[in-house]
Amino acid sequence: MKGNEAIAEAAIRCGVDGYFGYPITPQSEIMETLMLLRPWETTGMVVLQAESEIASINMVYGGAGCGKKVMTTSSSPGVSLMQEGLTYLAGAELPCVVVNVVRGGPGLGTIQPAQSDYFQSTKGGGHGDYNLIVLAPSSVQEMADFVELAFDLAFKYRNPAMILTDGMIGQMMEKVEMKPFKPRWTNEEIEQLSPWSTTGKSAARERNIITSVELDPLAFETFNKKLQAKYRKMEQEEVRFETFECDDAEYLLVAYGSSARICQKSVQLLRAKGIKAGLLRPITLFPFPTKQIAELAGQVKGILSVELSAGQMVEDVRLAVNGKVKVEHYGRMGGMVHSPEEVVEALEKKIIGG
Amino acid sequence: MNEEIIIAGFGGQGVLSMGKILAYSGVMQDMEVSWMPSYGPEMRGGTANVTVILSDSRISSPILKKYDTAIILNQQSMDKFEKSIKPGGLLLYDGNGITRHPERTDINICRVDAAEEASKMNSSKTFNMIVLGAYLKLRPIVTMDNVMEGLKKSLPERHHHLLPLNRDAIVRGTEIVKSVHEVSAS
Repeated sequence: MKGNEAIAEAAIRCGVDGYFGYPITPQSEIMETLMLLRPWETTGMVVLQAESEIASINMVYGGAGCGKKVMTTSSSPGVSLMQEGLTYLAGAELPCVVVNVVRGGPGLGTIQPAQSDYFQSTKGGGHGDYNLIVLAPSSVQEMADFVELAFDLAFKYRNPAMILTDGMIGQMMEKVEMKPFKPRWTNEEIEQLSPWSTTGKSAARERNIITSVELDPLAFETFNKKLQAKYRKMEQEEVRFETFECDDAEYLLVAYGSSARICQKSVQLLRAKGIKAGLLRPITLFPFPTKQIAELAGQVKGILSVELSAGQMVEDVRLAVNGKVKVEHYGRMGGMVHSPEEVVEALEKKIIGG
Repeated sequence: MNEEIIIAGFGGQGVLSMGKILAYSGVMQDMEVSWMPSYGPEMRGGTANVTVILSDSRISSPILKKYDTAIILNQQSMDKFEKSIKPGGLLLYDGNGITRHPERTDINICRVDAAEEASKMNSSKTFNMIVLGAYLKLRPIVTMDNVMEGLKKSLPERHHHLLPLNRDAIVRGTEIVKSVHEVSAS
């Protein structure tokens, strides 16, 4: 199954209420698969092709305000169009899932894989002080598993969650084990789970208002502090990562998603040459595994951050390392994908030899 | 076992579907598999290629620079991938349309005239299965039963009546593949 297909199948199985999207390569298979599987006939899930990405994200806003499990998917240029919607969702504290199957930018760019939307995804993206929860799958299995995980986290924190992947993981096929079907939430369950949602006012309670506007600056500062407390709690409790051959590592690669797959091979190639390399793979990009990288910085001689970009994640790695050891970036750009051998060469040149 | 394969040719030759059938066959045999297509603009009317990895253990990078086997079905792919085969690896190619034959001496080279054979079988669509048969003769990493199961999985049900024809094509491939150059096993 392709990574994109896995997302569609997993969405139906974890009881998603609505999908709103607009086609763009390299993620069009997500909506195509949903249309093919016709979940509206089985689970009752709505699948709708909106007239644009801007419409999709605002349909998500509406669905999320009603306490429904709703999602959209797109690729870089489309996700740029969604940024206004995303900051409103964050400001209104609405849970939802957005998948970005990244392609090379800037501009309309290319349809080939890239990881150059790291800043946009992890530092907010729209205006204002906010963060998305960002998950970075590196296999087709994780593409499937992270849909449910993203919804769990989104509802736990009342915050939009993003699955940040790229054309490589989206287009590749691997074995995948699907979870059993979960029914969609009933209206009673939604009222219980999300008492803030606009499900229709009863005589027993005050009306619920979904909004991100607050004209009293003092009250809005208090609200911002509440948001920040939420993000700090995520940093305490939700950091996810994986290490590969790190126990005795003298050199560390840090990479996520597709790059992490390539770097696993690089670690094997380096070890075959007698160089003790390891890999740390952040699974959550926000919250970032800052503490874990700082700890490993005390053990290794140098760190190479590998990303299909001009060097975005490397800034977070450097902040974590805080000058303890040398940190460099390596990555191809614009839709070119580095080979495991190129990563080996970069480590040897920039870190070991440098 | 870890076999890293690139299959490359023209779009429409069945490059991607051949890779898919091979990957599904591996799944049937409880292997780890990955299938990574070229999906870029070059697919639209030009060359198509797919990287397939079959392994007993977890697969790391689905995109590679060096391959154990290259299955090459046109001249552009020969120019691009002949140099990407690991020393001692395998190059399997169809001679049809090839103007510059492989030149390396440190790899095993085999040839299968699948395009010619497919026209003899009066079904150009069996082309990729003849090539697959040839490959499986040289690298019997999946059993015929599992290949047929894989084929069943990747063909839509309305095409299942074509299974026997595909099986014949695979068998034909195993029969007509011939060695062009061999390196002695070290």
